[in-house]
Amino acid sequence: MEVLKIATAGSVDDGKSTLIGRLLYDTKSLTSDKLEAIEKKSQQLGYDYLDFSLATDGLVAEREQGITIDVAHIYFSTMTKSYIIADTPGHVEYTRNMVTGASTSQAAIVLIDARKGVIEQTNRHFFINNLLRIKNVIVAINKMDLVNFDEGIYNEIKADFEKLMSKREYQDQKITFIPVSALKGDNVVHSSENTPWYDGQTLLEHLESLDTQDIYNTGTPRFPVQYVIRPKTADFHDFRGYAGKVYGGELSVGDSVVILPSQQASKIKNIHFYDQEVQTASRRSSVVISLEDDVNISRGDMIVKANDLPKIEKQFTATISWMDTQNLTAGTKYVVQHGVNKVLAKVDIIHHKINPDYSGIQEGVDALGMNDIATVSFKLNKPIFYDPFKEHRTNGSFILIDTKSNSTVGAGFIQ
Amino acid sequence: MKDTSQINPLENEAIYIMREVAAQFEKPVLLFSGGKDSITLVRLAQKAFYPAKIPFPLMHIDTGHNFPETIAFRDRLVAELDLELIVRNVQDSINEGKVKEESGKYASRNVLQTTTLLDAIEEFKFDACIGGARRDEEKARAKERIFSVRDDFGQWDERNQRPELFDMLNGEIEMGQNVRVFPISNWTELDVWSYIEKEKIEIPSIYFAHTRATFLRDGLIWSADDDVVYREDDEQVEERMVRFRTVGDMSCTAAVLSEASDISTVVQEIRTSTISERGARIDDKRSEAAMEKRKQQGYF
Ligand SMILES: Nc1nc2c(ncn2[C@@H]2O[C@H](COP(=O)(O)OP(=O)(O)O)[C@@H](O)[C@H]2O)c(=O)[nH]1
Repeated sequence: MEVLKIATAGSVDDGKSTLIGRLLYDTKSLTSDKLEAIEKKSQQLGYDYLDFSLATDGLVAEREQGITIDVAHIYFSTMTKSYIIADTPGHVEYTRNMVTGASTSQAAIVLIDARKGVIEQTNRHFFINNLLRIKNVIVAINKMDLVNFDEGIYNEIKADFEKLMSKREYQDQKITFIPVSALKGDNVVHSSENTPWYDGQTLLEHLESLDTQDIYNTGTPRFPVQYVIRPKTADFHDFRGYAGKVYGGELSVGDSVVILPSQQASKIKNIHFYDQEVQTASRRSSVVISLEDDVNISRGDMIVKANDLPKIEKQFTATISWMDTQNLTAGTKYVVQHGVNKVLAKVDIIHHKINPDYSGIQEGVDALGMNDIATVSFKLNKPIFYDPFKEHRTNGSFILIDTKSNSTVGAGFIQ
Repeated sequence: MKDTSQINPLENEAIYIMREVAAQFEKPVLLFSGGKDSITLVRLAQKAFYPAKIPFPLMHIDTGHNFPETIAFRDRLVAELDLELIVRNVQDSINEGKVKEESGKYASRNVLQTTTLLDAIEEFKFDACIGGARRDEEKARAKERIFSVRDDFGQWDERNQRPELFDMLNGEIEMGQNVRVFPISNWTELDVWSYIEKEKIEIPSIYFAHTRATFLRDGLIWSADDDVVYREDDEQVEERMVRFRTVGDMSCTAAVLSEASDISTVVQEIRTSTISERGARIDDKRSEAAMEKRKQQGYF
């Protein structure tokens, strides 16, 4: 079964919850007790329709406030794919949550209220999805029922959005526009008679058509060692295997490899998945690799192909998304977690803040606050083995951990 | 198998998480209930460390209200895989006066487990507890992290959760804190069942259709086989063909009518079924916010 993770973005009341609820309902993913709860609640609230947004609304605190405050995960499946929606809130302050939700997604849905068109928030939603290099973005122009399914309005919004697209950094991102009514169900799962002028796919058809081999950004193979397996049992007395996940490309038995940081060379002797031996470890699979030579390898080391080394540096510059209530300042130390590798890092220079709405940059800043996005240089106490984020989505990203609170306080994309 | 491209992405993710636990923590434990989710976790842990043994023990918080089939199954599994099993009993917490047994129609030991669990974590100084919770089970779980930090009192602060980005898991904690880890967070009930089928994993017999003495209450079917479930005199016992979709505490786990007597018919039934799994568990129906409250108090 293929799995597709989707991030959603939209401003409050654009209809995000309704759209997700509609997807669940029309794919018959709502169970009868959940549907009953929604019917009951809708009735209590005096609605003459089913409020599908009730299918996704989470915690008590939120019910009181009436807005989503964190990333919630919603699951549904069709015959061909399992879908995981990371529902991220649309409120201005929550850049942090949007970055989080988008970091694990291969597709994103950006919602626009057809009555409002492209607003400042839309810029932000698009900016973040582009920053995170999400391969497929679907722009769902919602509430078409409130504008009489007017083709002209749809085209105007599309043209406005296309102006934004010219400013994006990741130009290869695929953008698809779909006119929908989440409330009434037009073009969500079933194609609508109200939009005869639209001959594209419905939202679900489009999601179904995405090729999961293609949705992951590819690069060169990187194998960060997570754990060393040494059974020391009678049957496997001399077995020494390196457990980890393959990122970016694939590795095969016989490949010449180099181990970082020691730079020792060896060859892949076997690849195991549980009790089976395989010839090739495909992208994103969790395997165990044994090498021809007896080399000293521990967690945090990286196995790479001999002809394709990453950068090995004690400093780097990155775009970071700051997520903590305490400011980031120059000179402060944090732990950089790059994959499974942790190093101590010092903030060297804050170059500038980037306005996440394509309105430019701010120079001369000496601190970053929650939800800021900025270009920052770091110095490390030992080297890491990275690729620029634009070449390798996994090996080019990291998180920042506060040395006192242990909390995750930021995410970064290495330039 | 020539390459690993056909491996379920959810399985790859869970194996990755298991290995992160073993690498990042000093004293992890796998919370084992005897249910299908925790049995699936055991298989995933086996796969993560093969050919080495699973490098952490299992722990069962025994409510004393388990289906006998579950306990027999547990002991067999542990013996076969040569695992270490720790059992801590809710009955002991009751005897020691730490918790008070509920009484009446909806009496259950489900809530009481929390105290026994927290005491055991303290006793063994566990810093990571692997659990089988899934985000699709319940609304409040939808926001649960894969590494979920609990404070000294086992409490979950849902407002102050660490963001989780990419697949990087931050297991840094202070003394006294511990992390609940949920490797199958992203699995649905159907994913678990399909996996059990594909992997030919053995599960306790009560998951399959069997005839059982039962009675009806609130539209749900309850076991009348043992004395665990409180039954009023006018609640009539009748033999029914049933199976259980979860195997928690007997006193709050209802059965469903079913003819599905093997794994493939169960998977078929789940695929077409329309009652969500927790719909058959009375403890969540008590109030809409029930799960959330229990989680804040340190429940799995
Ligand atoms: N007429 C109409 N109303 C909609 C549509 N989608 C959402 N709404 C309404 O817009 C309001 C906000 O929707 P909701 O899904 O809660 O927005 P969210 O804040 O983005 O999650 C609710 O009253 C919905 O019923 C739509 O396509 N058409």
